[in-house]
Amino acid sequence: MPENSNQSSDTEVLDASVLIEVSHLSSSYGERQVLKDINLSVNQGEILVIMGGSGSGKSTLLRNMLGLMKPSSGEILFEGMNICHATRTELLKLRRSMGVAFQGGALLSSLSVGDNIKLPLRQHTDLDENTISIMARLKLELMSLANFEDLMPSELSGGMLKRAGLARAVIMDPKILFFDEPSAGLDPVTSVELDQLILQLRTAMSMTIVVVTHELESAFAIADRIAVLFDGELVITGTVDEIRACKDERVSNLINRTPREVQVDAEKYLSRLTKGAD
Amino acid sequence: MFAQIEMLGAKAIRSFEELGRLSLFLITVVSNIFTRPFGFNDLVKQIAFIGARSMPIILLSGLFTGMVLALQFYDVLARFGSVDLMGSAVSLSLIQELGPVMTALMIIARVGSATCAEIAIMRNEQQFDALTCMAVSPYRYVMVPRFLAALISVPLLTAIFNLIGIAGGYIVGVFIKGLSGTAYMQTIIDTITWSDLKMSIVKSFIFAIIIIWISMGKGFFVHLEKGVSGAEAVGRVTTKAVVASAISMLFADYIASSFLI
Repeated sequence: MPENSNQSSDTEVLDASVLIEVSHLSSSYGERQVLKDINLSVNQGEILVIMGGSGSGKSTLLRNMLGLMKPSSGEILFEGMNICHATRTELLKLRRSMGVAFQGGALLSSLSVGDNIKLPLRQHTDLDENTISIMARLKLELMSLANFEDLMPSELSGGMLKRAGLARAVIMDPKILFFDEPSAGLDPVTSVELDQLILQLRTAMSMTIVVVTHELESAFAIADRIAVLFDGELVITGTVDEIRACKDERVSNLINRTPREVQVDAEKYLSRLTKGAD
Repeated sequence: MFAQIEMLGAKAIRSFEELGRLSLFLITVVSNIFTRPFGFNDLVKQIAFIGARSMPIILLSGLFTGMVLALQFYDVLARFGSVDLMGSAVSLSLIQELGPVMTALMIIARVGSATCAEIAIMRNEQQFDALTCMAVSPYRYVMVPRFLAALISVPLLTAIFNLIGIAGGYIVGVFIKGLSGTAYMQTIIDTITWSDLKMSIVKSFIFAIIIIWISMGKGFFVHLEKGVSGAEAVGRVTTKAVVASAISMLFADYIASSFLI
């Protein structure tokens, strides 16, 4: 098990300055509201885990924070700049200081693993090919993928794809790393290895990390703070101990893996089933 | 009755929405042609895919089209005692009409479907989100090389189709039907004018834009497909892209012909 960094990091977190500030954020898909009045901050140097069940809105919150979708109301400040109203140029500049590791790696299928990792450097820097190759190899080494540079993404396993995606996300040494569902679909051992990698990255590169996950063990292992979402509402933000001690039923149900009680109105249910049968 | 009218109206609105979305998509692709860095390697890769690897299918279909045309024209021209005009008839039909149209249909089948499916899968696997998050425009990085490669390759493939079709006509006319080879070639030289070639070039450019635009656009907006997702959505948009490209190409062919003839 990786070391739980939570216990030692409270003071660091308190000292830290705010990197991202989410205020009164609401977001919808068409008429369906997914996020309701979210207030959240991400402090410099911390690992913040956004946790919640399926459909709780955590991926939508991540997409909003990345500027991939516009909220219906509220604002997101990244180092004081409101990304909801940022110009294209401002967003491009901002994104160069962000790294994003997607759930399935999201590697470009037409490029080899090495070329995928070199892509941001080739696009945004004037470095020569030799330097780019060395930097890519360093990052692949860090992710234990040193011998996989020439393989195509289709030749990698799920865990390797995630690590390759992570290598690409950190190739530009970003200020902040977003990681979507690092443990999803992985076996327990690979999942723990990936958690350790996240902790290593924070230590080695002094990176701020935001992780979206529904895996409790993984969240408790890596988080400085956890934000719990339930049906689009932010229930609580706190340290691991605070989350464990939380009395809110929605949080304790999530931690204790208690299934939701489905309330069925028998009359309505029957009328829905028999609708159009007459 | 009202429900049917309502459904028809909703469908019309959706169609207009999609047309607007695809138009904006095309404008964004074109405007990204002039942004840096220019992906020369990606352009070459796409020319190889759209152009070079389409050569066998273009050569084969061009040859057989020319041969069939020659057989058909021989039968018709023999009735009027004008078999000497076979070179003109075959070459004019190919250059003005069949060359651009048949090439476009082959490109729709081989390139349009593959491009649409590839882009749709890239969308499903969040590859465009990943590019956006890396501050790399998916339009410039993925769409522009494909768009330019189609603009370069399709007119060239059309020219090759025309040439090989004329050669197919020569094989049937001269070697099978016993016409004079010199007469076949001379009537082509005497008949074909710059305006015929211009029609072929203009049509092939228009068809290239239509094919690559619809194929890329349909794939790019796969996530907006109603009621389906994943592999089923990819299959559905690919079918739609092929059908829409073919119909739009034939419609554009009529419009272009009416202006250029």
